[in-house]
Amino acid sequence: MLGHGFRRLLGAVLVLWLAATLAFVAMQLTPGDPAQTLLAASGASPEEVARRRAQLGLDDPLPVQYARYLADLARGDLGVSWLHGRSVGRMILEQLPATAELALAATAFGALLGVALGLLAALYRDTWVDTLATGLAVLGLSTPVFWSGLLAILLFSLYLGWFPSAGGGDLRHLVLPAATLGFALSGSVARLVRAQVIEVLRMPFVMAALARGLPLRRILLLHVLRPAVGPAVTVVALQLGFLLSGAVVTESVFARQGLGRLAVQAILWRDLPVVRGVALVGALAYLLTGLLADLLQVWLDPRLRE
Amino acid sequence: MLERALCALAIPPLGAVSPRRPLGRQPLAMLSLLWLAAVALGAVLAPYLAPTGPMATDPSRALLPPGPGIWLGTDFLGRDVLVRLLWGGRWTLWMGVEALALAVGLGLPLGLAAGGTGGLRDMVLMRLVDAWLAFPGLLLAMAVVAILGPGLSSVAVAVGLAAAAPYARVARATAREIRAQPYIDAARAVGASPWRVILRHILPNAAPALVAFAATQLGWVLLNGAALNFLGLGVPPGTPEWGAMLAEGRAYLRDAPWAALAPGFALTLTVLAANVLGDWLGQE
Repeated sequence: MLGHGFRRLLGAVLVLWLAATLAFVAMQLTPGDPAQTLLAASGASPEEVARRRAQLGLDDPLPVQYARYLADLARGDLGVSWLHGRSVGRMILEQLPATAELALAATAFGALLGVALGLLAALYRDTWVDTLATGLAVLGLSTPVFWSGLLAILLFSLYLGWFPSAGGGDLRHLVLPAATLGFALSGSVARLVRAQVIEVLRMPFVMAALARGLPLRRILLLHVLRPAVGPAVTVVALQLGFLLSGAVVTESVFARQGLGRLAVQAILWRDLPVVRGVALVGALAYLLTGLLADLLQVWLDPRLRE
Repeated sequence: MLERALCALAIPPLGAVSPRRPLGRQPLAMLSLLWLAAVALGAVLAPYLAPTGPMATDPSRALLPPGPGIWLGTDFLGRDVLVRLLWGGRWTLWMGVEALALAVGLGLPLGLAAGGTGGLRDMVLMRLVDAWLAFPGLLLAMAVVAILGPGLSSVAVAVGLAAAAPYARVARATAREIRAQPYIDAARAVGASPWRVILRHILPNAAPALVAFAATQLGWVLLNGAALNFLGLGVPPGTPEWGAMLAEGRAYLRDAPWAALAPGFALTLTVLAANVLGDWLGQE
C-alpha cells in the first residue's frame, strides 16, 4: 500500500509540474508587457518601466525566468497582482475560506442526496422510483447552477422569505448556495452509485448473506453500500474541479465573497497573475483530493489492499 | 417489497443486458431530438419568425407579464423575451457547435494517437492531458478568456479547449479497449500500418461511443459557455445570448421573473436534451 501511495504521489507531483509549466507557457504567449500594465495607471516614464522590468526579472532569458517561477511556486509564492501590486497568494488566502465553506457544505449535501438517490434507484430498479431518482439525477447534471440558484432565490427568499438571497456570514446565508451547488453535484454521484450498487448486488457474497438470513439493513449497509461507496468517493473527489467551477458561478448568483469573484474581477481587468494563481490553486486542490480519495477508497474496500 | 427486490437483483435473469431501443420507442430521446431540432430551427428562422429583431425596445411595454401576443413577457427595456430567445439560439447554439468542433478536433486525434499506439507516445500525451485536466473545467476556460480577452469567440475557444481534454481521455480509453481485440492483432499481422489500424479498424468501432460522448460534451460546452456569458466574460451587454439574458433579468427577478426564468428554462432543456441523447446513444 505504501508503494502504491508513493507512486500516486509521484504521479501527482509530475502532473502538477506539467500544469504549472502549461500556465507559464500560456503567460508567455500572452501579448502585453507586465511591467507596462503594472505601471500604466501611474503614468510612469519609459525609464521607470524599464527599471521595473529589470526588477521583475523580465529581461532575463526564458529558462532563468522559468526556473525562478518554479522556485517561487515551490515556496508558495504565486507572484504579484498586476492591478493591486499585492501578493497573489495572500489575495487567494483571503478569499479561500468563503469558497471552501461553500464547497464543503455543497459536497456534504450533494454526496448525501446522490448516495440516497442512487441507492433507491438501484434497489427499486425499473420501477417508478428508479425513473424518478434517475430523472432527478439527470436534471441535476443538466441544470445550470445560475438558473437553479435563481429559482431557489425566487422561491425560498423572495416568496417564502426563509433564507437571505445574497451575501455571506452566518449559516443561513450558506443554505441556498450550498443546496444549489449540491444538487448539481448529486447528479453524477447518484448515477455512479446506482451503477455500482446494481453491480454489487450481483456479487455472490450478497446472495450468500441473503441465504444466511442476515437482517436486510445489515446487508444493505455492510455488504452493498460499503463497496459501492468507494468508487463514489473517487467521483466526489474528481468532482472537486466541477465544484470549484460551480462555486465560481454560485458565488456570483448569491453575491458571495470567494475565489470566484476574485477570478471574475481579475479576468475583466486582465490581471493575469491572479487568474493564473486561482487556476493553479484549483489544480493543486484537485490533485490533492484525488490522492486522498485514492487512499480512502483502499481503506473502504479491503479487496484493493493486496 | 425490499427483500423481493434485493433477491431479484442479486440473481440476474439470463440476457439481462437490454439492447438499445429504437428511437421511436424511446420517448425521451425522441423528445430531446425534437427539442434540439426546434431550437435550431427557431435560430435559423428567427429573421422570418420575428422580423423586428431581438434589440427592438419599447419602454412603454417594459416588464409586461406573459400574455396574448407576448407569450413570454417583456424585459426591462420592453423587448419581447420569446423573440430574444429565438434569436439567442443563434448565439448559444453556434457557440456550442464551434466549441464542440474544437474539442473533438483536438481531443479525437490526441486520444486516438495515444490509445491506438500505446507505449511512450501514449504516456507522454496522457501526462499532458492529465495536466490539462487538473485545472477545473470552468477555471481553465476562464483563464483562456483572460488571455484572449472577453468576447463570444473567446468563450467558444475557451470552452472548447477545456472540453478537449476529457474528450481525449475518453477517445484514448475507447481506442485502447478496441486495440485489445483479436481482429486488431489480425490486421497488424497482415501488415497494416499503425495509422491504417487506427483509421480503418479502431475509429469505426469506436465511433458509437465517441458520438455518444460528444453529445454529452455538447451539454457541457453549452452549460459552461452560458455560464461564462452569465458572468459577463463573453458577449457584450444586451446581446440576446441565453446566459447573458439571464444575468440581465436577474435584477428584475422579484417583479418580472419571466425575463430571467425563460432563458434559463430554454438552456436547461437544451442541455438536458443533449445529455439524454448522449445517454441513449451510449447504451450498448
